[in-house]
Amino acid sequence: MASSHRISRRDFVKVVTATLSGIMGAAMGIPIISYLIDPALKVQSSEAWIPLGSLEGFPVGSPKAFSFTRSNINGWEKTVNSYGGFILVKSGGDILALSNRCTHLSCSVNWDEGREEYVCPCHDAQFDIEGEVNAGPPPHALDQFETKVEEGNLFVHFPAVKAHEG
Amino acid sequence: MIKNIYAWLDERLGFDDMYKMLLDRPEPHGNWWNTLGSASLFLFIMQGVTGIFLTVYYTPSPDHAYDSIQYIMNGVAFGWLIRGMHHWGASLMVLVVFIHMLRTFFSASYKYPRELTWIAGSVLFLLTLGMGFTGYLLPFNQRAYWATVVATNIGGVVPGAGPFILRALRGGSDVSALTLSRFFSAHIWGLPLILAAVIGLHLYLIMRHGESAYPDADD
Repeated sequence: MASSHRISRRDFVKVVTATLSGIMGAAMGIPIISYLIDPALKVQSSEAWIPLGSLEGFPVGSPKAFSFTRSNINGWEKTVNSYGGFILVKSGGDILALSNRCTHLSCSVNWDEGREEYVCPCHDAQFDIEGEVNAGPPPHALDQFETKVEEGNLFVHFPAVKAHEG
Repeated sequence: MIKNIYAWLDERLGFDDMYKMLLDRPEPHGNWWNTLGSASLFLFIMQGVTGIFLTVYYTPSPDHAYDSIQYIMNGVAFGWLIRGMHHWGASLMVLVVFIHMLRTFFSASYKYPRELTWIAGSVLFLLTLGMGFTGYLLPFNQRAYWATVVATNIGGVVPGAGPFILRALRGGSDVSALTLSRFFSAHIWGLPLILAAVIGLHLYLIMRHGESAYPDADD
């Protein structure tokens, strides 16, 4: 065997082989692992401000429907989803943007002018003009979009968020 | 500790015997041309490994085949590397297997007692071409599509059975979604399984007969 300060030819070959194997293993392993876990490392943000046009187009005191679509790209597949809701401009100037997605099973609710309620066609759930549950199976109030007004134009922030309690 | 574990396993599995039998065989004096068989085996394994990784993202449908490969090339980390290795490795494998066959022919290594090794090798060459043929369609771009139209037409001119062979290759009268999925199936299951089995036979025969020496003045 080798003495303390001299390395034998056999040991030298072992060390060189192990080192080169390590380098080659990393050269192959890193691309392969990156390749496999790549989609897990990409978090796509779908957040966006959706323009709804001039604020003057929304009547004061009664909800007006709006809708928009968002596309989502997963790898090579593009899916387009439709979203919608209602804008209520209150007399004080406050704006309430409700999602039309029923919190029970995600059917689209409609504003019923005569009953002054949002009514879900699936299980007859009813929400009041503020989105609170009046009757039916939904567990909580309609979701809300954050809103902002810039240069007279109304924007809602996607996605809708759960309404604040109380 | 490690030596004890190794000894325990070796006593039961016979690593040392296997090593002697598989790798520590007596060899006639050879040269670099004798390494082409090992190179072919290495390329087969590399094609298998990179191919398995490609199937993680590839989709064998006319709607998505091209897009999924675009995604592999541009969207996935190192996708270009994995596909590049598979793409160039395929051409290289056909080349290396063919030169390996030429070497065997010119060194007269196909003669007694190695006729079966030669026949198995010829089958391996045809299977390698089959892998190239089926793999060429999978990107489903214009070149792949028309190459497959032309190549399957070649099968269609066989006297008598031609029209049937054409429909069997294409899975119908046209190159379609059915052609793509059956080529994909053949490319990743059928052909590789047969290739692996015939490679096993080929290697067994080589170990059984040893490698041939180059003919000299006495032969």
